[in-house]
Amino acid sequence: MILNRSIVKTSITVFLFFVAISSSVTVHAQDGKALFSANCASCHAVHKKLTGPALAGVESRWANKEHLYAWIRNSAAFLKTGDPYANALYKEYNMVAMNAFPSLKTEEIDAILAYINTVPDPAKAPAGGAAGSPAGAMNEEADNSLLFGILTLILAVISLILLQVNANLKKLADDKTGQPALEPIPFWRNKSYIALLTVVLFVVGGYLTSRGAMSLGRSKDYQPEQPIYYSHTVHAGVNQINCQYCHSGAYQGKQATIPSVNVCMNCHQAINEYNGDKLYNAAGEEVDGTAEIKKLYKYAGFEEGKPWDATKAKPIEWVRIHNLPDHVYFNHAQHVKAGQVACQTCHGEIQKMGEVKQFTDLSMGWCINCHRETKVQFKENGFYSIYEKYHEDLKSGKLDSAKGITVEKIGGTECQKCHY
Amino acid sequence: MEQKKHWQSFGELNKSEAYNKDVKDEFKEDLPFVEDESKSFLNAKAPRRDFLKYLGFSTAAAAAAASCEMPVKKAIPFANKPEDVVPGIAKYYATTYVQDGDTVSIIAKVRDGRPIKIEGNDLSPLTKGGTSARVQASVLDLYDTSRLRFPTINGKESSFEAVDKAIAASMSGNLVILTSTITSPSTKAIVAEFLAKNAGSKHITYDAVSYSGILLANEASYGKRAIPSYHFENAKAIVSLGADFLGTWLSPVEFSKQYATGKKLDEKNPEMSKHIHFESVASLTGANADEKYLHRPSETLSIAAALLSAVNGTEISGIADAKLKEGIEKAAKALTSHKGAALVVAGSNDVNVQLIVNAINNAIGAGGTTINWGATNNIRQGVDADFAKLVEDMNAGAVGTLLIVGANPAYSWFDAEKFKSALKKVKTTVSFAGKMDETAELCNFVLPDHHFLESWGDAEAKTGYFSFIQPTIYPLFKTRQWQDSLLKWTGTTEDYLGYLKNFWTAKLGGTAGWDKALQDGVITIGEALTAAGNYNGAAVSAALAAATTAKKGGNIELVLYEKIGIGAGQGASNPWLQELPDPVTRATWDNYIVVSPALAKTLLGIDLNNAGQADAYEVNPPKKVVKLTVAGKTIELPTLIIPGTHPNTIGIALGYGRSEKIGKSAAGVGKNAFALASLSGASVNFSHTDVSLALTGEKYPVALTQTHSRYDTEQGNRTEVVKELSLAAYKHNPTEIRDEREKELAPWGGLEKFESQGTIYPVFDRPGIKWGMSVDLNTCTGCGACVVACNAENNISVVGKPEVLRGHEMHWLRIDRYYSGDMDNPNVVFQPLMCQHCDNAPCENVCPVAATNHSSEGLNQMTYNRCIGTRYCANNCPFKVRRFNWADYTGSDSFGDNQKGHVNDVVLDMNDDLTRMVLNPDVTVRSRGVIEKCSFCVQRLQEGKLKAKKDSRALSDSDVKVACQQACPTNAINFGNANSKESAITMARKENPNRQFYVLEMLHVLPGVTYLAKVRNTDEMPAHHAEGEKAETKKAHTEKAHG
Repeated sequence: MILNRSIVKTSITVFLFFVAISSSVTVHAQDGKALFSANCASCHAVHKKLTGPALAGVESRWANKEHLYAWIRNSAAFLKTGDPYANALYKEYNMVAMNAFPSLKTEEIDAILAYINTVPDPAKAPAGGAAGSPAGAMNEEADNSLLFGILTLILAVISLILLQVNANLKKLADDKTGQPALEPIPFWRNKSYIALLTVVLFVVGGYLTSRGAMSLGRSKDYQPEQPIYYSHTVHAGVNQINCQYCHSGAYQGKQATIPSVNVCMNCHQAINEYNGDKLYNAAGEEVDGTAEIKKLYKYAGFEEGKPWDATKAKPIEWVRIHNLPDHVYFNHAQHVKAGQVACQTCHGEIQKMGEVKQFTDLSMGWCINCHRETKVQFKENGFYSIYEKYHEDLKSGKLDSAKGITVEKIGGTECQKCHY
Repeated sequence: MEQKKHWQSFGELNKSEAYNKDVKDEFKEDLPFVEDESKSFLNAKAPRRDFLKYLGFSTAAAAAAASCEMPVKKAIPFANKPEDVVPGIAKYYATTYVQDGDTVSIIAKVRDGRPIKIEGNDLSPLTKGGTSARVQASVLDLYDTSRLRFPTINGKESSFEAVDKAIAASMSGNLVILTSTITSPSTKAIVAEFLAKNAGSKHITYDAVSYSGILLANEASYGKRAIPSYHFENAKAIVSLGADFLGTWLSPVEFSKQYATGKKLDEKNPEMSKHIHFESVASLTGANADEKYLHRPSETLSIAAALLSAVNGTEISGIADAKLKEGIEKAAKALTSHKGAALVVAGSNDVNVQLIVNAINNAIGAGGTTINWGATNNIRQGVDADFAKLVEDMNAGAVGTLLIVGANPAYSWFDAEKFKSALKKVKTTVSFAGKMDETAELCNFVLPDHHFLESWGDAEAKTGYFSFIQPTIYPLFKTRQWQDSLLKWTGTTEDYLGYLKNFWTAKLGGTAGWDKALQDGVITIGEALTAAGNYNGAAVSAALAAATTAKKGGNIELVLYEKIGIGAGQGASNPWLQELPDPVTRATWDNYIVVSPALAKTLLGIDLNNAGQADAYEVNPPKKVVKLTVAGKTIELPTLIIPGTHPNTIGIALGYGRSEKIGKSAAGVGKNAFALASLSGASVNFSHTDVSLALTGEKYPVALTQTHSRYDTEQGNRTEVVKELSLAAYKHNPTEIRDEREKELAPWGGLEKFESQGTIYPVFDRPGIKWGMSVDLNTCTGCGACVVACNAENNISVVGKPEVLRGHEMHWLRIDRYYSGDMDNPNVVFQPLMCQHCDNAPCENVCPVAATNHSSEGLNQMTYNRCIGTRYCANNCPFKVRRFNWADYTGSDSFGDNQKGHVNDVVLDMNDDLTRMVLNPDVTVRSRGVIEKCSFCVQRLQEGKLKAKKDSRALSDSDVKVACQQACPTNAINFGNANSKESAITMARKENPNRQFYVLEMLHVLPGVTYLAKVRNTDEMPAHHAEGEKAETKKAHTEKAHG
């Protein structure tokens, strides 16, 4: 309970903080941030030299803004013009040519430059602008179950008292009318009580047993500690990295695939420190993002400042979270590509998860329910053109077009769709 | 229609008691209820208290096992993911199956770095996507636990560096490289360079079953020691003198493909090639022949001579047997009436026979049409005389170093003892065998070679037709390609890959050409020439003279033959091949003496026309053991009675009795029959004209599968399951089969309305897909490639001989063998039978837990995790295609001890971590106590559908190919969406309305598999035709029928 509350508190604080900073930046520069992340961040930081130079003050370094545009769009071509600054830069950075971005519009480059100007230099303002403490005053959410429990208890006591009072009154009345008093039977020998208790025990016990048995082998909410604290909040949430960038297999085949070290290093050769909002693990302890990136470097065999030799990388042994039994066939591409199902449908709000937690119980009932309700891409996907009868029935209104063609309707709940 | 009476077993022919009992029962063995019924339940073997104890224990055990904590599983991605590899998605690489000389272009399916399935390469102009059982099974050899894992010096582990040093030090003059046939041009170049470097060295080619006879005869007739290309597809008349070209002779996959084009029947224009076969022991090709004649092996030469004179129009002499004489005349007539489109082949290794065959082929104008000298066949190059000479040289101490590649003469040379003692006289002996075979065992140095799926290479099966080998997996063990060793020892710094690349980029004009060739796997260089060859008939007269003086055979003669799975012993260590029932004998896991029914009567005292004796022979697996003596050598083997064998001839399969060091499945299986061969002239003779037989009084169990899975209808008219008619009868009345079906179904609405009127159930809609299969019995040769392909694709367990003996084999697809006609020389029909996916399936109704039910796509689904093993479904299946996991064959149970005492070593070996790498990860491995059966390769169907969905298009035929269909070398199996108007399956059904039938159609189970009736190209007319004919057609046909 305590744990949950602190997570709730943290997330609300974090959310408020975001609202605060995002509203303070101009809309223009916000676009610039996204563009910067997508195009520049793998080689440049604002205040730090990476593969390429630090970009703070870049506008002032270039005499002519038009030259800067030309350089960004196609550096190799610009070098040929013999511009001395450009050539010096090229030499300084080990003759590594900058990627060409011919599709960037002038406004977009301006937006990136504007964003660069808004980024404060951490060296100059070391303590400034830190995130608010998670212990901010928050309204505690009332836990209703405790309240209900107490209420039930009180009511039960009251009814017991009332029963007792009723019995006593009856006894008094009987005494008055002179009816012979029966020897009172203590409740533990009262057969109706015993019978009632047995039935209740049977029902409750049976319910618990069968529920327990059904949950065997299921692991909803499973959230193991991983070798590296990898936060989906930071990557998929804050930085809006497309799921497919890392889980490229999800659109192609059976496995979504966990990215290999070289995919991580595509970005993290440049991004070597974490200076986003504070991160907290499942136990509520703060996690040092930069330290986690260093852990990645250890696996990758990467020494900062030196070129990375990919052959030195060792695979990361992640703990597998979503486990299906061997007799189940599940194919990601079928759902994500053919069925256009969002990742979140099965994995929950992954962009808000720190370490990943199993969102559903992955039980067969859960699968089947979804197959009963979900519509296939009946009109959009050419594969379904062979279901001529259904197409006609949809047109003629024989089939409810609002309900559409569900997965079940074309055989999606049959055994051998998943078991073979 | 009065069907030909077909029978599978002697019991069925006689309608014996055992047969009648068998067809009624679900399983072959009795259920384990042994209690006397008079005893009360409490006194029964498992009384109530025990029952409760077991119940309590098993509940507690299950609870304990289930409540254990979930194990923490790891998900480990690549460190650096190769760009084109996606876990879970199969990659396909073109490569080539090479086994000694045999060469088949293939595609290897690689899942997550492991090759798991072999498919034929459609681009190959030779095999055109066809495969054989051995090709299909070869992927299992890669994961064989008995493969050598490091090089050895005198049996001790060593490293390649050390071995290189030691060999360099001990390599001495008079070096010989002994190989099986090499088809690789680059390897030949490497060998030539190596020989040039070592003065006085030479290269000898040795083939276990050689084609010396043909090679030498061709040298005499055409001036070339080579084998030409054969083109069965161009032949309207084919005569084979004991050449099993559909099973084991030369290049069976290529020939099957060609042969099938001549056997494919166009219903509108019913013409077929005519195949007349002469043989001594029943073979696969003989079974497929239109007409078959039996003879003694000693008569082969005189038959060839007689055929030559008949073709030349002279009177036949020297043939006493009237039937045989008639056969030769018929063959000659067929050949001469199709001059330029006729072909004669002979399996004999006798030069004289082959010389006469060359003369016949020359006389019928086969050169340039059915025989092509423009592209020679390179897959057998060894001449036995060369090897015999080598053995002499070795004995004389004239060989200092012997390098052995592929060849295994210590096992397969007829005089192995002589070779072994000669080997001891060679100072340095080096073997490159991948396994510790009989020859490698005797060598000083063993440098294990890669498996072909780990190798680089090329192959030229036919001159100008190249096929490439590329590795599909990183070498599993410390092995090295022998070409690399040779290059090293020549002093070349380049490795074999570099050599190969240079060799080919020069030829193909750069790396792009090389890459393309590797990607396609095949390339043809130079327009394929067609040449008749320069025939020189000088040697024929001597051969004909030899025919007149040929020695007469004794009472019993012997033929040594190869089996389709085992070959000359290469398949012996492969459990899939050992458990593949031989198409002809339907036996697994053994070799035996094949005897004819007539000989069985005199020798074994078994009269097969006597129901009791037939039952006694058939029901009990132990068969009588016979001691065979030939030229001082003896061998004791059990006997199998196979109709279609000459009464005075017996047959024994080669390739058995191998060393247990090459694998668990070879250990103690059969006996080596190579020792019974003999050297006659320049070639090894695999027959013997005089042998003696004696009963030993012992019996030995043989695991025969023909009497398993027998089935019948209540009416006992199971003969309906296979339909066959002659071409003459078909031409006379093409709709005969259709009419008969119509008549039979007339009470239930006839063909059209049978589905709705034959039942009280409603007819279901099948929108979308309806899977269907069609099997053409006319082109199916029964070769068994599909059976092994099914094993590999669907993770079907190997159960081992003791389990096959009990009828527990697990094959989802079996090929039933049917006989009809004369018991001594019957016609044979093969029928592949798998789950028929009945739309009104009897198995579905009886499952108490709905573990088997029907899908909207027409699949009869089997859900293993739901099955509780009542086996009601198997009992109710009219086709007996359901298989029950009697024991934990896969090692998938939670309790490891469940396998102990129930499965044999071979099965345990299949469950080794190494062997399990061959498993298809898309198919569940079944555990004990569940039923399984053909799923129509549902994993492939789902994959194909997904492919279409991802591309947002309708399903096409190319998306889905089931394993058996893919493997088939004759395209006999068609599969697809029967709801689609354009699919191949719809076309196959539409184009063949007359031959089409369902098995046990009258039961109204509505199978999803259609069969096309077998049409045999004979003039034979059933008796009823002659009587009931219509006046206008009568004349023409009676002439034909009796002509």
